Amino acid sequence: MKIGLKKKDWVLIIIIVCVAGLTVLVHTFIGGKGANRVVVKIEGAIQDTYSLSEEGDYEINGGTNILQIRNGKASMVEADCPDQLCVHQKPVSLNRESIICLPNKVVVEVETGTSREFDAVTQ
Amino acid sequence: MRGRVAYFGVFTALALIFSYIETLIPLQFGIPGVKLGLANLVIVLALYKMGTGEAYLLSVVRVLLTGFLFGNYFSIIYSLAGGLLSLSVMALLRKNGGFSVMGVSLAGGVFHNIGQLIVAMLVVETFSVIYYVPVLLIAGMLTGLLIGIVSNEMLKRLVNISM
Repeated sequence: MKIGLKKKDWVLIIIIVCVAGLTVLVHTFIGGKGANRVVVKIEGAIQDTYSLSEEGDYEINGGTNILQIRNGKASMVEADCPDQLCVHQKPVSLNRESIICLPNKVVVEVETGTSREFDAVTQ
Repeated sequence: MRGRVAYFGVFTALALIFSYIETLIPLQFGIPGVKLGLANLVIVLALYKMGTGEAYLLSVVRVLLTGFLFGNYFSIIYSLAGGLLSLSVMALLRKNGGFSVMGVSLAGGVFHNIGQLIVAMLVVETFSVIYYVPVLLIAGMLTGLLIGIVSNEMLKRLVNISM
């Protein structure tokens, strides 16, 4: 393929691919399986926590968004914003994955509920 | 001077049309923020044919116009962050030398996404968007490269036109 890329262009491409690969590695290290709940945050403040093992539809942020949990995966099924980006996004189930609705400042984040287990142990 | 103003108008119109066409293409990759960036084609051309200042002005005008016409308050802030960061990096690489149009455009695509990611991080106050970084990097690189190839071909044919 002759598209006239220069040496520096290739260096740039390699750097970008390496950085992307590195973040994937970091993500799989911190993240991965074992996630069991989703946390709903609005403007950074935790609003609700739902278990991924229980199926259900939840209205969040006073009904602007509807979160659906099916088969251990969470997805946004409704949002009142015009762009509907969060609705089109694929369902999330892995640790630290998230669905974000920017106009409503809603973040749905998957996480491992370690703190709760810890409380149970110390009781 | 009169010619420059006319060209600037044409470029603005072209950027606006490309932004509109972009909204018509139903490309959904399941990841928010991944799109072709057709309007970036005009920005790259302006950067090479008119200069850095004009490219900045064009970028801001385009974002404001498309934002008011097709988007909302959020899409303006979003696009502005991406557009300005992307253009700054492109201007820097172009000045630095050693990069082809493809390389410059490619970096532009990547930093456009990074700019938007930073805004997203500030708006929703979470670091979990970091999860999108690899996807956005690769997507920005590929779309940027594609735009760069087209820009390169156009620039070859525009050699005789001075703006």
